This record gives sequence, structure tokens and C-alpha cells, in this order.
Amino acid sequence: MITIKRTKTGGALKGAVERIADVDLSVCLQCRKCSSGCPVGKLAKTRPSEIMRRLHLGAGNELLESDILWMCVSCETCTTRCPMGIDVAAVMDALRKLAIERGASKQEGNVPLFNKAFLKTVEIFGRTYEMALITAYKLGTGKLMNDTEKFPTMLKKGKISLIPSLGGDRKTVRRIFKKTRENKGAGK
Amino acid sequence: MRYAYYPGCSAESTARDMHQSTLAVAGALGIEMIEPKGWTCCGATAGHQTDALLAASLPAANLVNVRDMGLDCVVNCAACYNRMKVANYEISNNPQIRKAVSEAIGRDYDGSVKVRHFIEVLLNDVGLKTIGGKVKRSLNGLKVACYYGCLLVRPPKVMNFDDAENPTSLDKLVKAIGGVSVDWPYKVECCGGGLSLSRTDVVVNLTNSILDMAKSSGADCIAVSCPMCQVNLDLRQQDIKKQTGRAYQMPIVYITQLLGFGLGIGSGKLGFNKLMVPATGILEKTGMSSNG
Repeated sequence: MITIKRTKTGGALKGAVERIADVDLSVCLQCRKCSSGCPVGKLAKTRPSEIMRRLHLGAGNELLESDILWMCVSCETCTTRCPMGIDVAAVMDALRKLAIERGASKQEGNVPLFNKAFLKTVEIFGRTYEMALITAYKLGTGKLMNDTEKFPTMLKKGKISLIPSLGGDRKTVRRIFKKTRENKGAGK
Repeated sequence: MRYAYYPGCSAESTARDMHQSTLAVAGALGIEMIEPKGWTCCGATAGHQTDALLAASLPAANLVNVRDMGLDCVVNCAACYNRMKVANYEISNNPQIRKAVSEAIGRDYDGSVKVRHFIEVLLNDVGLKTIGGKVKRSLNGLKVACYYGCLLVRPPKVMNFDDAENPTSLDKLVKAIGGVSVDWPYKVECCGGGLSLSRTDVVVNLTNSILDMAKSSGADCIAVSCPMCQVNLDLRQQDIKKQTGRAYQMPIVYITQLLGFGLGIGSGKLGFNKLMVPATGILEKTGMSSNG
């Protein structure tokens, strides 16, 4: 049985999630197709159908600590298979956005840090620059030695570039990031 | 046949081989691909996991430039293809998003540029008959597991690419060049995508299941059309071996590399040497050297 601890909430998330993801959570049938198809469902403590139910029952900020938020690979299987047409993947995007805004606890692997480092390189260079991304991410996590044994081969094979590509229209990209920041909080 | 071709960031790093082989195949089939000037990142997974407006605006900034070119936008990276189609879908269906995106990119964009995957161009504009007629080296019964992953086919109402649960586009191309497309159930499973660095444990777990299924289905190699699928399935075989002792040695090739091989293009132009698990063995199996 799924129970909600009302004392822990900072106000129900449902309204914010429905607005950001443009979905109606009340139509969920709890058929669990989202959970059965989820590639990380078997690895996470909380499965997508439980997230949907908890949201509908009025869960608050405690839901933003769920491990699945940052294990979800955005594969869209849940959205594809939902018989009620709920965009479950958009619900996960909305929860991640809220988790960052409300400072929910950092999860293993620190996907928010990775995303931030990724987007920072895009903002600066206009295109992804993997060397900077990997360095920023590794410095942030402190796990400097992970995967380093693969670097020499990848460099040799030209799979990682030492220098960034500067051919992109950086001016427009910077404008987009600036406008997006000004627009913060607006939903879909 | 003329198209605007958006290579995507990985064309300059992890997926140089996909980029090279795409251009080589296009050249051999008489397809003209024109890179839009100053193209920029589509935002990928990090974009839409962070902000909806950012996620729609980054692709739109590229698409509005392609509109000026008056051509369809051809994309080969499944992730870029997905982000561009999703952006188009949202911009065309929601006037508020269109307004916000146009404000962010500094130009009005209506979501009208046709975004097409290179595979779809090969199937619909070139045609299997023409491709089959140009085969110089048959794959000679090579058993290929075609792996589509997530982003090519999902969500189907936006992507409209192929059947979302049992796609066959890649299989048709493999057959056209003399390969055998393996019947297997993991065509649209997920490899872990962008979690490669942040949750390597998840990626190792997922790629292990996919490789295991391909192996037990009798595949000689896996054909992909997404840089993230390629890197995860190829690179993580080392980690799987370390953690579980299983050594798959399963080559993960881009469909464009196989097509290029079939069309008789030299392997130097197809980037076979960039694969972590070498494909030399399987190409020799076809009775032809990859050096031709």
C-alpha cells in the first residue's frame, strides 16, 4: 500500500507537475505498464507507477528525493506505452526541474552536476566540448580515476577531441541561455 | 537529392565514424548533404532534463537556419533527430511555446522544417532497389542484430519513424546488402543513454542484457544508428568483462558503416578503425577484406 506522510510535504507537488508537464495525473489507472517497461524499474527503489500514484495522492517535496529521478534514462517507453496517454517521461522531467529548484538531496552519480557541466560547455562553446565536460564533472564528483584507462585509446581513435569546436553560432546560443534564465519557472 | 545535413556534436568526437560513413554513403548514392553554417548543439538529454524552453529553443535555432536554406533537415544522430522532432512538435502545436522559443532565438520559427533521419531518406527517397543494385560486396549472410534503441522510435506520436515496438527499417537495409537480420527481442530496449558517465553502473547493467541477448540470438555484430548506443555498447564491454568475466567481443557498427562496406567504399572512409571492439573479424567472415 502507498501511504503519504502529509507532515513532510512542502505543499503538494501535483499542481506544479501538471502545469510543467502539461498532463492530467488523475487519469492514471495504475496498470503499471510504465513500471514493467522501465529499463531501470528493476534497479530503482521507487518505480514510475508509484511516482504517479504518490503524486496523485498529494505527495510533497519528499518525492523529489526518489532515486529513480536520476536513474531515469528518458527512454520514453513509459510515455509510449501508457494506455491513458500520460506523458510519464515529461512528469519525470518536471520532477527533476522541481528537485533542482527546491534543492532536493544529491543522488549517487550526481546527474544534475553532469547536466550542468554539459550545458555549461554548450553555453560557452556553442557545441558540446567533451574534454571540458568530463573534467568539470570529474572535479565535481571527486572520482577522478573512473574510466581514465580508456582515455588514451579514445584520444588515439579521435573519439575525444582535445580542442573545442568553435564553428557554432555562439551568440545565439548565449542568447537562448540568457532568455531561458529570465523565463525561469514558466511551464510548457 | 539535396538536403541540409545537421551532423550534431558527436560527429566531431565520439561518432566521427558515423559522420564519415554517413557522408561516404551519401556520396556513393548521389545524395548532396549541405552542412548549415554555424550549427549548434541540440541540447540533448541534459537540455530537456533541465528546462523545457531551453530544450525547444536549442534545436529551433538550428531549424530556423535550415528554413532559410529551403531544404529538408537530415539528421543521423538519433538523439539530435529526437530533440529536433520534439521541438518542432511542441512549437507547431503550442502557440505559447512558439512565442517563447521565437523570443529566445531572436527569430520567429513555426516548426515547419521537415526533419528526417538519414535511414528514412535511404528507404524512401533512394529506395532499397537502387541500394541493392549498387552493392559491390555482399555481407554474404553476416548475422546482424539491428538495434534501434529509444530515441529513433519514441515517443511514436512525435517520431513517426517506424513501428515503435518492432521497427524494421535497419533490418531492410541489412538485407538489401546481403546480410541476415537476426530476429531478436531487444531492438528497442534502452542502453542507458546519457548516463554513461554519471551512472556507469546502470549502463553496464543494461548493455550487458542487450549484448547477452544479441549473442544468444546468434548475432555476429550489432548495427546501430545512435552515437550513444554505439559508445555504450562498444566501450562498456571492457567494464562488463571486468565486473562479470563475460567477454562478448561483439562489434558494434553503425548501419552506415555496413552500408558503405556493401557499396564498396574503402574502410578508411568508413571509420572502422575507430571501433573499440574491432570489426575486422566479421568483415573477413563475409569473404572480403575491409581494405578494398
